[in-house]
Amino acid sequence: MVAIVDYGAGNLFSVANALEHLAVPCQITRAPKVLEQADGILLPGVGAFPDAMEMLQERGLVPLLRHMALEKPFLGICLGMQVLFSQGEEFRLTQGLNLLPGRVEKLRAPGLKIPHMGWNRLEFVRDCPLTRGLPEEAYVYFVHSYCAVPKKENLVAWTEYGGQIPALVWDGAYCYGAQFHPEKSGEPGLMILRNFADLCQDVAQRKTSKEGFSHDTASRH
Amino acid sequence: MLAKRIIPCLDVQDGMVVKGIHFEGIREVGDPVECAVAYDRQGADEICFLDITATHKGRGTMVDVVRRTAKKVFVPLTVGGGVRTIDDYRQILRAGADKVSVNSAAIRNPELIRRAADKFGSQCVVVAVDAKRRADGGWGVFINGGRIDTGLDALDWVRRCEQLGAGEILLTSMDADGTKQGFDLPLTEQVSKSISIPVIASGGCGKLEDFSAIFEKTGADAALAASLFHYRELTVGQVKEHLRQKGIPVRR
Repeated sequence: MVAIVDYGAGNLFSVANALEHLAVPCQITRAPKVLEQADGILLPGVGAFPDAMEMLQERGLVPLLRHMALEKPFLGICLGMQVLFSQGEEFRLTQGLNLLPGRVEKLRAPGLKIPHMGWNRLEFVRDCPLTRGLPEEAYVYFVHSYCAVPKKENLVAWTEYGGQIPALVWDGAYCYGAQFHPEKSGEPGLMILRNFADLCQDVAQRKTSKEGFSHDTASRH
Repeated sequence: MLAKRIIPCLDVQDGMVVKGIHFEGIREVGDPVECAVAYDRQGADEICFLDITATHKGRGTMVDVVRRTAKKVFVPLTVGGGVRTIDDYRQILRAGADKVSVNSAAIRNPELIRRAADKFGSQCVVVAVDAKRRADGGWGVFINGGRIDTGLDALDWVRRCEQLGAGEILLTSMDADGTKQGFDLPLTEQVSKSISIPVIASGGCGKLEDFSAIFEKTGADAALAASLFHYRELTVGQVKEHLRQKGIPVRR
């Protein structure tokens, strides 16, 4: 089961609709127990960085989510991706979840419209489990006025909008972030969510078999 | 580079897709969810529902249509027609729409734009503007299908909408609408130049070249069409293939 974190910000139903369409069991929740039991965590978000962090804090979710992102597949979408970073400068400097080093800055695209809204093409710089099977020319749907400035090694894909805008980031372990909306990005978006759900299942299965194995060993000794 | 968007629009009445035929009346032509799914398959970049239902009861039907569509279509969904209050906004967005367009209600009460933008974000506030050429060469804003002149100047009004927090302008030329002689290039260009939010051009397209013209000759970000797609004179796929051949960036 994939848990969709309900913290008062945004497009929960769209994400749930997409997962249900893919026949992936999911639950919209903020209950710590459910989040702990989930095979993976999806953190959506629409709105402003400080508001999102405040809502996560008020609900006591910050330490839990930080912990979960180290334990199991974790995907932040749009603002949910931005709060994965160390800090954001929207309205005022705010600490993020600090799961990825870097900050979130106002989008600078001289001569172009802000927000960056619409379909734009992903330019891949490295492979990651979420991009498996994607066509080379994949367009995804963006709506944002701020963008992350990640470390080079965390960047999976960028998009061109007055410069290279980070589109997909990864800590190299379990933590992923998508600046675009996979739940609104047609086929490639659904494929990314499918890959994420598969990853959640794989990780959960590996954990179960490991636990089973240590159990067996323990009983034999 | 941002792709130019092609948006098919579906007129919905009491939960059914309808299309006026030569002012003689309206005939029902299908299930909006199925139509939306078909457009999605053709490569539509966004789908627009225009609710032309007059009754209050029918409005609930529209919310249900949006809810069912959002379970099957995974591209942005814009819903307009008869939106008057923040509560209308909330209901439609909660049902799964990504953007809500307002027209006459915004003219009667411009604060609705600001309040909706504050509450739900500018990205989901679309202001639909129906413009018609005035004798002096400028454009006026009309409501009620072009019957009522609001006295507002189109360029002033779109600037005001942007200031109030609108995220996008859906611009329909009352002069071009229904003519199939092409989009209104001067109007679209003037409006695009006046504001820095995206502009969706609507009204008048009849052939492939009309789509390339609107993107080559104006700053439009998207083009919307209803009948052309509805009566299968062209498919979204054909339009996008044409644009691609012309070197205009479109989503594959």
